[in-house]
Amino acid sequence: MVEPVLRVQGLRKRFGGLAATDDVSLEVRPGELHALIGPNGAGKTTLIGQLTGEITPDAGQVVFCGEDITRLSVAARVKRGLARSFQIVQLLDDDTAEANVALAVQARAGHSFRFWRAAGRDAALLEPARALLEQVGLARHDTRVADLSHGERKLLELAMALAARPILLLLDEPMAGLGAAESLAMTETLRALKGSVAILLIEHDMEAVFALADRITVLVYGRAIATGTAEEIRANPAVQDAYLAEESSP
Amino acid sequence: MRNALPLAVLLAGAIALPWAAEALGQPATIGLATRILCLGIAAASLNLILGHGGMVSFGHALYYGLGAYTVGILWEHFRLGEPIFGVIPGSNELLVTLPIAMLVAGVAAAVIGALSLRTSGVQFIMITLAFAQMGFFLFVGLKAYGGDDGLLVRRRNLVPGLDLRQPDQLYWLCLGFLVAWLFLQWRIVGSRFGRVLEGIRQNERRMAAIGIATYRYKLAGFVIAGMGCGLAGALTANELRFVSPDLMAWQKSGEIMVMVILGGVGTLLGPVVGAAALVGMEYVLGGITENWQFFLGPILLAVVLWAPGGIMGLLGRGARRG
Amino acid sequence: MSALVVEQLLNGLQFGIMLFLLAAGLTLVFGIMGVINLAHGSLFMVGAYAAALVAQASGHWWLGLLAGLAAAAATGMVVEVAVLRRLYARDHLDQVLATFGLILFFNQGITMLFGRQPLLVQLPPGFAGSIEIMPGLPYPSFRLLIIAVGLLVALGLYWLIQHTRIGMLVRAGATHRDMVRALGVDIRALYTVVFGLGALLAGLAGVMAGPVSNVQVGMGEQILILTFVVVVIGGIGSVRGALFGALLVGVTQTLLSGFVPGWLRQVMAGSEADALGAALSSMGVYVLMAVVLLVKPRGLFPAHA
Repeated sequence: MVEPVLRVQGLRKRFGGLAATDDVSLEVRPGELHALIGPNGAGKTTLIGQLTGEITPDAGQVVFCGEDITRLSVAARVKRGLARSFQIVQLLDDDTAEANVALAVQARAGHSFRFWRAAGRDAALLEPARALLEQVGLARHDTRVADLSHGERKLLELAMALAARPILLLLDEPMAGLGAAESLAMTETLRALKGSVAILLIEHDMEAVFALADRITVLVYGRAIATGTAEEIRANPAVQDAYLAEESSP
Repeated sequence: MRNALPLAVLLAGAIALPWAAEALGQPATIGLATRILCLGIAAASLNLILGHGGMVSFGHALYYGLGAYTVGILWEHFRLGEPIFGVIPGSNELLVTLPIAMLVAGVAAAVIGALSLRTSGVQFIMITLAFAQMGFFLFVGLKAYGGDDGLLVRRRNLVPGLDLRQPDQLYWLCLGFLVAWLFLQWRIVGSRFGRVLEGIRQNERRMAAIGIATYRYKLAGFVIAGMGCGLAGALTANELRFVSPDLMAWQKSGEIMVMVILGGVGTLLGPVVGAAALVGMEYVLGGITENWQFFLGPILLAVVLWAPGGIMGLLGRGARRG
Repeated sequence: MSALVVEQLLNGLQFGIMLFLLAAGLTLVFGIMGVINLAHGSLFMVGAYAAALVAQASGHWWLGLLAGLAAAAATGMVVEVAVLRRLYARDHLDQVLATFGLILFFNQGITMLFGRQPLLVQLPPGFAGSIEIMPGLPYPSFRLLIIAVGLLVALGLYWLIQHTRIGMLVRAGATHRDMVRALGVDIRALYTVVFGLGALLAGLAGVMAGPVSNVQVGMGEQILILTFVVVVIGGIGSVRGALFGALLVGVTQTLLSGFVPGWLRQVMAGSEADALGAALSSMGVYVLMAVVLLVKPRGLFPAHA
């Protein structure tokens, strides 16, 4: 058995009387594309928060590449190779797409306590940034983020996360709000990424999930009720009861 | 640099100002201009954290006052011939007092920033104000250094080769420091560190998500800004030959903030333009009516409501907000 | 407890009540509209001036009270409609600058109209004397009136917020701004009313402050900063927090300035001890606020849970 990239054990988080994360355990293997699905209110956002470090769990452990990262800050986790994209895009709106990615490249390249040399024309930052934009298929490098389309921003989110050279990529609904053609393009981009990096994909677009995922975990009311391949999940009666009935008419 | 020519013209004009003032029989203008230069450094330093880092410090005058008091207190001990705490000798050498002033302001900013930056938003505005108020009342209570009457600095500091008793020489010295500080800040803003600050202003959550531990960068920016304002205060003490707690009152913090916004947040020259505009308006309006603030208030209001990029925004240069 | 301590505690309570009257309005405006209003102190000043002038002209203190309340509330609503309404969507920086401009405008306007000379205000008839509240401790009855009025206002606000429709909207507005908007409530009118109420209370504080301290230009800013301290300590948007914070700040400030100089005088020369004592006791509340914020960054009673 290979050491998993991410091992979540007995994670719990309560908000008042609500158990948003209720004893969740989960494993992501190297190179695997693991999808996390669940109806609205299943606690996906809370779980992601605990994986990225924005929310501290009440109990349980998050182990990344054999290291317990449960108490590490957001930035420290990114440094170890756990990068994420946001469902609601979080970008530097006043800057160009290229400048955004260049900053992410800079963050990976070591500390930024460098006060003198101009960063804006630094080839060591710009060239990797351009390469990443090409990799995700975003053509308008010099356009301000505020002027990009929603689909382009979603691509930029992906490029920002890839700039960290992650071992595990946490993608929070990369298809949300995309049109059919854009969704298809994003699916192809993710397919191309598959294998080179482990991916935990949170997504509502079932077509994409079943097309891409090696394994799927279903989250309902804060509990992970099932994990398995696409066929196993489709055939699982508990999943059908709890989830597919509701989700079949989105 | 695209803007090299206008900048050169501007600088030449600034250098020539004392001669022009003499020629026009307005020598008092030199002192006024010197005050603008000092406040310009203070406002520019605030702009580094406010305009580029998104940190709205409402206590920036504290570092201004600390810089000024450093010069004043060193002078006082030099005059009396008594070392501070019986150890540190006083001084009237600018090359000694200025670095110490920046050091004092920087250390204060490091301590206050380390605590204040644990909060954000309104709480950050208020906690920086609270620390500045503590400093204000501390100096009001220090009778040994004049309390609320302030402290006279009978002679300006000495600099080898210059005679700061001549208003024009002090002016050129301050101009030199302003230009040096702006150049330094221009480099910082364009550097990797500056990019990080700018990123924090726009979206701190995003910065954490690309692996930036934002706190330490904000703190570093806060300390640099504090040191710059300490420098401004030290020069001001020399210009006024007087220091008092008013230099670190909350109104002064407000004024410095007004200069930044009036001139143009996040622009290189905006804070200096803002300082010139505010001091200039005070002078011009004050010459027409003693109730000049009655007109200044609505002018500030108009800037906020209709010219959010400040004067630089109106000039169509480097406007960002709007 | 010695009479001195009781007297200082009562002074602290009275000062705290004054702060509460100002902080209640400020915290609501802060919490609901998200506006930093530096000009809140100007409404306090407007109330004090209107009351003093009308009382002088008419010879009736109570007529002055009405005038002060009306002037402050009216000024507040005009300011809200003319200026602040445009600032709700802006960032804190713009709000600080704009309301800083308002302060200059009001202070200078009052100076132009009435000069720099402080106005003296008589105590209202029936409240000019003292009441012996415990043996050997006469206490000015007007200060007791301030305490009583303040506590009544606190009760009234509690009732207003817990048991009326406006109160419900205020509570909802403080926590779920978008929700209230989505419900189709006329949020603009609600904002104007809330702002007017806050201005009314600030005016009330100004009227009450008149006989206790001087009515003069700049009186608003002296107390404004402390009011902000109260709001931040109490938790932005929380009236309960404002009351608690105001009493905490009022009592702390008064006790420190009452006793610290005396303690210092035992270890240093009189005049130096007084100056340093005054400074240290003024610093006290800011230290208090810094400590509160470091322990509970959102204040003691945060409204946005």
